[in-house]
Amino acid sequence: MQISPVKIISLLFFVFSGFYLYHAYQIRVFAFDENAPFNAKTFPILLGYAGIFFSGLYIVLPEKRPANVNLSVLDYKRTITLVVLMIIYGVTILKAGYFLSTSIFLVLSYITLGEKRWFWVFTLSFPFVAIFMFLLHGLLDIYLRDPLLKYLGIIG
Amino acid sequence: MIEGILIGLNTALSIKNIIMVMIGCFAGTIIGMLPGLGPMTAIALMIPITYGFEPSTGLILMAGVYYGAVFGGSTSSILINAPGIPGTVATSFDGYPMAQQGKAGKALAIAAYSSFAGGTIAAIFLLFAAPSLSKVSLAFRSPDYFGLMILGLTAVSAFSAKGHFLKAMMMVVLGLMLASVGQDTLSDIPRFVFNNMNLADGISFVLVVMATFAMSEALSIIFKGSDPTQAAKQISLSKLGSIRLDKEETKKMVTTIPRSSIIGFIVGVLPGAGSTIASFLAYGMERNFVKDEEKQKFGKGSVNGLSAPETANNAACSGSFVPLLTLGIPGSGTTAVMLGALLGFGIQPGPRLYQTNPEIFWSVIMSMYIGMVILLILNLPLIPYIARILAVPRAFLIPLILFFSVTGIYLMSFNNFDIYLMIGIAVVATILRLYEFPMPPLILAFVLGGLMEENLRRSLLISDGSWAFLWDRPLTLCIMITILFIVFWQIYNSYFKKR
Repeated sequence: MQISPVKIISLLFFVFSGFYLYHAYQIRVFAFDENAPFNAKTFPILLGYAGIFFSGLYIVLPEKRPANVNLSVLDYKRTITLVVLMIIYGVTILKAGYFLSTSIFLVLSYITLGEKRWFWVFTLSFPFVAIFMFLLHGLLDIYLRDPLLKYLGIIG
Repeated sequence: MIEGILIGLNTALSIKNIIMVMIGCFAGTIIGMLPGLGPMTAIALMIPITYGFEPSTGLILMAGVYYGAVFGGSTSSILINAPGIPGTVATSFDGYPMAQQGKAGKALAIAAYSSFAGGTIAAIFLLFAAPSLSKVSLAFRSPDYFGLMILGLTAVSAFSAKGHFLKAMMMVVLGLMLASVGQDTLSDIPRFVFNNMNLADGISFVLVVMATFAMSEALSIIFKGSDPTQAAKQISLSKLGSIRLDKEETKKMVTTIPRSSIIGFIVGVLPGAGSTIASFLAYGMERNFVKDEEKQKFGKGSVNGLSAPETANNAACSGSFVPLLTLGIPGSGTTAVMLGALLGFGIQPGPRLYQTNPEIFWSVIMSMYIGMVILLILNLPLIPYIARILAVPRAFLIPLILFFSVTGIYLMSFNNFDIYLMIGIAVVATILRLYEFPMPPLILAFVLGGLMEENLRRSLLISDGSWAFLWDRPLTLCIMITILFIVFWQIYNSYFKKR
């Protein structure tokens, strides 16, 4: 028997709603609020039950139009690589600074997606980020935290 | 009202705001053209930039992006039969056959004039409808607002994904759950924070929009191996033909535009319906109105068949601003994003916006007219060239979208945690998208979550904990009956109706 992936997602949402509901009941409200008509946990509790209701209904009812996804044609490798690159970008952005980490992220992403025209790979990374930073920081006066460029004395 | 219009004109006609409308229309057109990247992504990408501006300027920019994206969607429908957004699917029925007959320039011109006329007529309706509705909505009480919000969420779920009502309702609940993270607004009690200080202020609206739209759409394109820019490479500059319309074509448009504008505006005002339904309704209605001879041309390059949906989808865009500006309740995913941005500016839309912030209220309405004019002047002659710009390879487009998304969050918080959270939500959203879970209901619910809880709190406190507030007032009762009807009809239609 093959279980529909949407039913599995609904089951996961059912469990998540149960987890949410449990934590909604654990919210500690002030003593004088405990028996009030509405307190900090009233709405989350309702949401928990709503999540259980709708996901439960989806699990129980027959699926009339199942989603047809061919898993074999999905590009897992590139998608996962991009996600990992974004995580690394997130880790380095505060330490290495905006300019360097963004430029490197762009270069690696272009290469991951199969780009081989090095002129464009370079132009749309380091100079592009520099112009973008100038627009934001220099013209629109939007603060950009970049310890590296600050250390080098390029930005104030 | 005259004073308000003058205030609005004064704000909207400032050099800075005109430039913003131009940038918005231009950027929106480019993003809207790409199949898969709609107005919500375009607006989401603009939000971090708008926070550096005054609220009216920011909103004007976003309104420009919205109109530009809808127009851009029409262009790809006509040229390559690949609608950028669902609202322009009906445009391709007659636009694409016209393009195949070597009349692409003419089809683009009809789309541009119809969009302009539809948007302008609807903006005039908005001019009169919004202040009147603002006054009426002052009589609304908390239970009515609570009911209206549930109605909005239910309607958006019903319309956003045909046959997937329960999936959409799960997305609504997920959006409300995400909105409940952080300190309770009244008691300051932390909820679902799990001792993580980064969650104490809740999850940022921009983060959720960026993750569920811009980032997850980009990841979906890679995941599915599709290339939205591929189709743009087929466009030939030399095959567009003339953009001039003859007398007969103009005459046909003159009869179609007024009726399609009315239907588009009315459907746009209704919560959840939006430009997709407006354009299909207008197309169907137009087919019934025209003579038998013209009826035969529908689907084969009819001027009426192209003009009607184009007029209606732009009119619906203006109409969708009515519930946002007058009730503070967005009727669609796109206006929900705008509501979130307004709340970010510290502005609460609703009946009092008309009195407390007239410059914002009127400048948005006035900027719609200006946006329409700019779209016509800027886009019509430039469309073939803009379409060429779209032939940017996917290998550059996707990283740039991801870069703008991460930058948007970085600029707002300078916090790694927010970036990780955004990536996490984007990955989940990508998987959910794959199995046709709609994202607009999630965003609408996330934006309305705080307001819904606030109105429920007031209603329950006033009624001393009794749920009778749901049927005590005739208005609330009508709203609740409508909600129950939608829910049961959708479930019956999806699961029990024999086909």
